[in-house]
Amino acid sequence: MADITLKELTLKIWRQKDAKAKGGFESYKIHNISQGTSFLEMLDILNEQLINENKEPVYFDHDCREGICGMCSLFINGRAHGPDSDITTCQLHMRKFSEGETITIEPWRTGAFPVIKDLTVDRDAYEKIQQAGGYVSVNTGGVPDGNAIPIGTDDAEESMDAAACIGCGACAATCKNGSAMLFVAAKVSQYAMLPQGKVEASRRAKAMVAKMDELGFGNCTNTGACEMECPKKISIQHIARLNREFLCAKIKE
Amino acid sequence: MTVLNSKIPEGPIAEKWSKHKASIKVVSPANKRKLDIIVVGTGLAGGAAAASFAEMGYNVKAFCYQDSGRRAHSIAAQGGINAAKNYQNDNDSIYRLFYDTVKGGDYRAREANVYRLAEVSGDIIDQCVAQGVPFAREYGGTLANRSFGGVLVSRTFYARGQTGQQLLLGAYSAMNRQIAKGGIKMYERHEMLDVVKVDGKARGIIARDLVSGKIERFGAHAVVLATGGYGNVFFLSTNAMGCNGGAAWQAYKQGALMANPCFVQIHPTCIPVHGDQQSKLTLMSESLRNDGRVWVPKKKEDAIKLQKGEMGPNDVKEEDRDFYLERRYPSYGNLVPRDVASRAAKERCDAGFGVNNTGKAVYLDFKYAIDRLGLETIKGRYGNLFQMYEKITDVDPYGEPMQIYPAIHYSMGGTWVDYNCMTTVPGLFSIGEANFSDHGANRLGASALMQGLADGYFVLPYTIGDYLADEIQVPRIDTNSKEFETAEKNVTGRLRRLYDAKGSKSVDHFHKELGKIMWEYVGMARNEEGLKKAIELIGKLKKEFFADVRIPGEFDAMNAELEKAGRVADFIELGELMAHDALDRKESCGGHYREESVTEEGEAKRDDENFLYVSAWEYKGEDQAPVMHKEELEFNDIELTQRSYK
Repeated sequence: MADITLKELTLKIWRQKDAKAKGGFESYKIHNISQGTSFLEMLDILNEQLINENKEPVYFDHDCREGICGMCSLFINGRAHGPDSDITTCQLHMRKFSEGETITIEPWRTGAFPVIKDLTVDRDAYEKIQQAGGYVSVNTGGVPDGNAIPIGTDDAEESMDAAACIGCGACAATCKNGSAMLFVAAKVSQYAMLPQGKVEASRRAKAMVAKMDELGFGNCTNTGACEMECPKKISIQHIARLNREFLCAKIKE
Repeated sequence: MTVLNSKIPEGPIAEKWSKHKASIKVVSPANKRKLDIIVVGTGLAGGAAAASFAEMGYNVKAFCYQDSGRRAHSIAAQGGINAAKNYQNDNDSIYRLFYDTVKGGDYRAREANVYRLAEVSGDIIDQCVAQGVPFAREYGGTLANRSFGGVLVSRTFYARGQTGQQLLLGAYSAMNRQIAKGGIKMYERHEMLDVVKVDGKARGIIARDLVSGKIERFGAHAVVLATGGYGNVFFLSTNAMGCNGGAAWQAYKQGALMANPCFVQIHPTCIPVHGDQQSKLTLMSESLRNDGRVWVPKKKEDAIKLQKGEMGPNDVKEEDRDFYLERRYPSYGNLVPRDVASRAAKERCDAGFGVNNTGKAVYLDFKYAIDRLGLETIKGRYGNLFQMYEKITDVDPYGEPMQIYPAIHYSMGGTWVDYNCMTTVPGLFSIGEANFSDHGANRLGASALMQGLADGYFVLPYTIGDYLADEIQVPRIDTNSKEFETAEKNVTGRLRRLYDAKGSKSVDHFHKELGKIMWEYVGMARNEEGLKKAIELIGKLKKEFFADVRIPGEFDAMNAELEKAGRVADFIELGELMAHDALDRKESCGGHYREESVTEEGEAKRDDENFLYVSAWEYKGEDQAPVMHKEELEFNDIELTQRSYK
């Protein structure tokens, strides 16, 4: 429980000027970091140090810093969101590291998420998949009363389990095939569990899978790595449901 | 001196919105196709508005600074959304929600707007259910509710502790459907840096592409700001790191009045500050106060031991615990409104009873709820929040009480708007947290989501038509005009000035300094002397900032320091206006607490005789004093009383 101050750490960070430039690792020393500090606050301190030395700070995506917006990414010591489970990078704290350690920090590593600068990647492919069918086709207004269609708690809860996805990209970045199946499954499954989403479940599954394939994501081989690294504990059972929805849709064709 | 026309419709309050809708103009489908609308911000208000506009047939350009519309900070709202559905049969009604919101806001909100908000609240739930939002359900399949602070009924709908996320993903999915159909053109990683006016009307914006660094022009027949609040003026707040007041501030400089800027909400249940390396504060949902009991030790010697780590909270004897909220406010207990709970925590800590090594924390204890309801029930209700707390603090809240302390959370103040959500610049609209109208001096829990979605789905899509109906003859906006050219030049000049300073200190250095001044003098307790001091200190800081800020990297490329510098420049000026506003308002009301205006019992003392107005500030130019306009508030349907939660 007692957080100590880490006197020295070595950070090995991927630096890349822009999307076209060739990147490489650079090493930095950082001192006197309290273990109660969050990982991104540690990077803030590094950046303050770099600015004071008149060097360009390290670029990384981050926003809410409470584990829900999905903006932060980072491979830390070879793991998406670092050496802790069920959290995002912004929730990782320095108590997971020890005195004198060398920490390797890389951007998401998958072809579908090209690097923009340093540790920042372009996740537009996830946007495109959502646009292909990640919605219920309903306009504002003219909908039935919220209690008109009863939904059992188990279905609502399971739908919520899937809906908890934050779209961070850890699943695809972790997968050895660079597959986005867990991400797609989370959305398809959320809607497939609810009467409101059931209506166009087949069309949705087909459209989202087609888009995922088109964008260069790999195939799923059921290794389960995505589930292990998902900060929101989204289960690969949802991939099973996606497969079922997809197969049913194809058979109907 | 009043120049403000809030355009509140005539007639009884319950009929105002219906009558207004019937009397405002409507744009035909053929003409909607010819009209462009810019929406800045993709949170609940912006996302809902953008999707609804596109569904209606308008051409929408939507902007956000994040890499996806789904990341807007609405996503972090945990507890829930209010609606007057009366599903629990506990005598809830539109009137009761309206009454609670006006009272909770300490009678500084606009009555007609709040009534409308309560009126459309039920439609929001229906809409979200239809979108596939997985709200919590009862075993029979109906929607579940819980209670929130400041009310006596159960009207809060929720999706675990991630209600904001689920509602935002609903609006985001509606946007995605329209992006695919071509109704919305989405600009991610773009930051709005100015509003462009042509012949006095808002006709577009200047935005910076945050990846290429290019400054770009965008034209439209109307511009909607849905850019959230400015809590980050305090540096440490529960806002996301990128949340900023830039869009609202540029609108202010273009003639949109800024209303009640000193009204900011301090949320009572945040994880306390751990040290000077901290970058932001994390909120623990207000819903926790349903089952958690707030206490500090009764004896000062216990407090000192707790601060020194010589004893733990579980060692404090039952009879030595001071459940100060239950003691001071027996009828609302732990569920008093946020401003009341925050001040009560500060009062105990200032008196020396705070815990934590800083003495700036109180306990939120679940032991009693676990004894009463069982561990599993508490896990089901708050599991994800408890996990979040443990990850941050390394303390297990099932075994030891949480430590909490107030932190800056929400901006009730914002751009002044009329009943149509239009600012004083024709064609420029402001919705959600960015405007000022619905929460008065204090917002009740679970009402931010309600207001953002009300404005975005059910208010602005109607009222914007009243303005656009007169614009149907206006062709697509030409962004090569001299107005756009001048605006772009001004924006470039503003950023150049910062970039070329080539000083010695980082942007964060100045932001932290500003935060310290704001928290000390414009924070939870304010007084005349302190506010004057704040204005003086901010003036000094502003000079230093422009002379000595250091921005490494390239000007025409991705540059996070340049982005931050622009935002901090706005925060410094906004902070100064907040201090002016707080100085003018000599009463205490809601989140605004003037030490000079207190009852004998130590509660905030409102002064309706002198301050029953909205203060709306007009920009008069660089280094000129702003001018205040008053919108007098009228309460015809609610009797003004001193707020009591005893």
